Amino acid sequence: MAVEIQKEKYRSKVGEVVLGATKEQGGSRSHTITVGGETTLPFLHFEGEMPNRPVVALEIVDMVPEWHPCFGQYYDDVFADTAAWAKKCVDEYGADLVQLRLQSADPDLKDSSPEDCAATVKKVLEAVGVPLIVIGCGKGEKDNLVYPVVAEAAAGENLLLGVAEVENYKAITSACMANQHNIIAQSPIDINICKQLNILIAEMSTAMINRIIIDPTIAALGYGIEYTYSIMERARIGALQGDKMLAMPMIGNIGFEAWRTKEANSSTEDAPNWGEQETRAILWEATTAMAYLQSGMDILVMRHPRAAALVKQNIDELMQDNSY
Amino acid sequence: MGLTGLEIYKHLPKTNCKDCGAPTCLAFAMSLASGKASLDACPHVTEEGKAALESASAPPIKLVKIGTGDYELELGDETELFRHDKRFFHPTGVAVLISDNEDVAAKAAAFEELEFDRVGLHYITDVVAVKCDSGDGAKYKSAVETVAGKTEKAMILICEDPALLEGAVEVVAARKPLLYAATADNYEKMVELAKAKNCPLAVRGKDLEETADLVEKITALDYKELVLDSGARDTSKVLADLTQIRRSAIRKRFRPFGYPTIAFTSKEDPLEEVIQAGVYLSKYASIVVLKASAKEHLLPLLTWRQNLYTDPQKPIAVEPALYEVGEVDENSPVYCTTNFSLTYFIVEGEVENSRIPSYILSVDTGGISVLTAYADNKFNGEIIAKAMKEAGLDEKVNHKKIVIPGHVAVLQGTLEEESGWEVLVGPREAAGIPKFAKETFG
Ligand code: B12
Ligand code: SF4
Repeated sequence: MAVEIQKEKYRSKVGEVVLGATKEQGGSRSHTITVGGETTLPFLHFEGEMPNRPVVALEIVDMVPEWHPCFGQYYDDVFADTAAWAKKCVDEYGADLVQLRLQSADPDLKDSSPEDCAATVKKVLEAVGVPLIVIGCGKGEKDNLVYPVVAEAAAGENLLLGVAEVENYKAITSACMANQHNIIAQSPIDINICKQLNILIAEMSTAMINRIIIDPTIAALGYGIEYTYSIMERARIGALQGDKMLAMPMIGNIGFEAWRTKEANSSTEDAPNWGEQETRAILWEATTAMAYLQSGMDILVMRHPRAAALVKQNIDELMQDNSY
Repeated sequence: MGLTGLEIYKHLPKTNCKDCGAPTCLAFAMSLASGKASLDACPHVTEEGKAALESASAPPIKLVKIGTGDYELELGDETELFRHDKRFFHPTGVAVLISDNEDVAAKAAAFEELEFDRVGLHYITDVVAVKCDSGDGAKYKSAVETVAGKTEKAMILICEDPALLEGAVEVVAARKPLLYAATADNYEKMVELAKAKNCPLAVRGKDLEETADLVEKITALDYKELVLDSGARDTSKVLADLTQIRRSAIRKRFRPFGYPTIAFTSKEDPLEEVIQAGVYLSKYASIVVLKASAKEHLLPLLTWRQNLYTDPQKPIAVEPALYEVGEVDENSPVYCTTNFSLTYFIVEGEVENSRIPSYILSVDTGGISVLTAYADNKFNGEIIAKAMKEAGLDEKVNHKKIVIPGHVAVLQGTLEEESGWEVLVGPREAAGIPKFAKETFG
């Protein structure tokens, strides 16, 4: 019997943001990556467009991180060399892009100078051809000193720089405006704050509207993911229904959240009823990512190479046409 | 197509006798129209009226049950496309597949182990699917027997040859297994068998249209205990089909799709299977069947199911109170945390792991987590000090030391001032508590 295919008609779409710049465009990337552009909910190709596939970034840190020992077999040789680490993520583990966290700038850690941070960014840019995400150490005052220097040193590269928050967005926005970078706008799982921040950034420069990536703040599987999943789903529906201040691609720090959990870190011996640690942890991270792909995430920042590979494969499959 | 309240009202007795619990027949009609009541509640409606109203009073997706007793599983009867609009009601059944060609007893035993305790909840893998790959009726029957002997959970019998299936159904019919599957080739025999044994039946077409066709044919044979499989196996296509089935049922009340659904993974690698199954679980499958059967594979998937099916309207909270972990005395350590149940149970588990009997003060934050409550000013020095007083901590212990979560180390000063106690800053993640406890109180 004839089945009437149910198609939703949305009024609007998610904006597209280009990350990175090639030589011709004033940067040094081997290629650019475009995210966003959806005219429907994730992977419903039968009713709309998803012109750009979601991408997977691997995260790196500019100092040796205190990660679970199971990362040793993948990164021990490069933990101390940020540029080599970035290169390994791309060449060996197939990262679409790399997210560099300037952890060493933290005044309670190494308190690296903005110039040192900029030098690290330059080195990473030389080591890889993919577009780069750079985020601060998380201590606002210090980050505000770092952003302008890093932004200027990488002028033309069209970085994705983060993070701007409602309480602290001016320095980073100015740095991005002056040097034409993209910005991560982070809000605490709250649609109104998300919109408010986008408006604040847009008030500083309307051109920045097309350069915003929303970080709606995420939680790991089992640690509040249901709240963040639903907020993202609502934000994306809002974007498709015409809310311009929600119509930006979304990013999430999946590896960071997943690897804070007990389920990822408990050894097989300590938690025998939860099964083998590394596989459990890989799936904790990959399942978290899988859920966020279904709620509209465009850039997934991950940590474990196998989890990243699983998710890339899931994206490949979900990008197959499913129109009727 | 749903009827309006007024259209329904026409078919009711109009006596306003209140036996249905509604004040008037019209009020009852309105509840029916919005799907909030079921026609069964009115004992006086005529057979004629009933027939006319059947489609309007039926939920958009039929509730189908498989299994019996403690492990009976309710499938379908969903009303939403997005959990934030209300909630999802009947958690996806997670099924592990056992082929009659593998070591059935071993895999059934492994299946029985797939239960987990996490944050005060017990997760179970609730369905076992036994598949006839051997083509041998006796072998299949014995496989089903073996599995049935190892577990009491709900079962799916996968065998498309009704003749072979019949023998196996004999063994476990009383447990109401789901029979898989009626297809264009076998549906008459399958329906006969399902009816005779009173078992729910899965229906598989080669695409949405054929599936709808088959459902029409089967319901014409007067059988409605159905579970749908559109036949798709590629991740993207399954997502599309499950979305279509759910939308058609809920938005259009398209009857042939008003049943629960079943989806199968196509991957061989267990990690890939879990991710694929996760997609189907997220977007509308009532049952997902996968081969993976190790604990590390199932725990993430069951956790996602639990998270997805929680009620978004109410944070799950524990009673704010002073809890005792183990045989406490006046020297026992005191920890404080919020009354968000997730937070509380994580902390409780770790305090238990420390093996030092302790008190946990669960402060009333309206059921939200540590940092959320801190940011919302519901977890501060004043509030914690007040909770300490109310719990009578002064009389319970004689050491005047309390441990706060590492994430809110900034509260140390004000809490010391407010309470007059020494405030120890614990680790950020609760997982660090056992080590912290050993070093501090051991
Ligand atoms: C889910 C969530 C929400 C949900 C709340 C769900 C709930 N029931 O709590 C919602 C969407 C409602 C929400 C709202 C807000 N949120 Co909120 N939220 C989160 C999120 C994503 C996860 C929180 C969570 O559930 N964690 C899991 C639980 C188990 O963690 P936990 O309680 O901290 O417990 C852990 C540790 O603290 C420790 N621990 C706990 N107790 C104890 C005790 C001892 C003794 C020890 C040693 C350890 C310990 O063990 C646990 C596991 O390791 C976080 C970001 C993130 N990824 O963490 C933001 C976050 C907590 N939220 C934040 C904010 C700002 C808010 C809002 C104020 C935003 C707003 N709208 O203005 C509101 C609050 C308003 C309100 N009344 O609800 C901020 C807080 C910032 C800060 N540092 O102050 C965060 C960090 C996000 C961010 N980066 O900006 N939020
Ligand atoms: S029980 Fe039936 S007849 Fe009585 S008030 Fe309710 S709908 Fe009307």
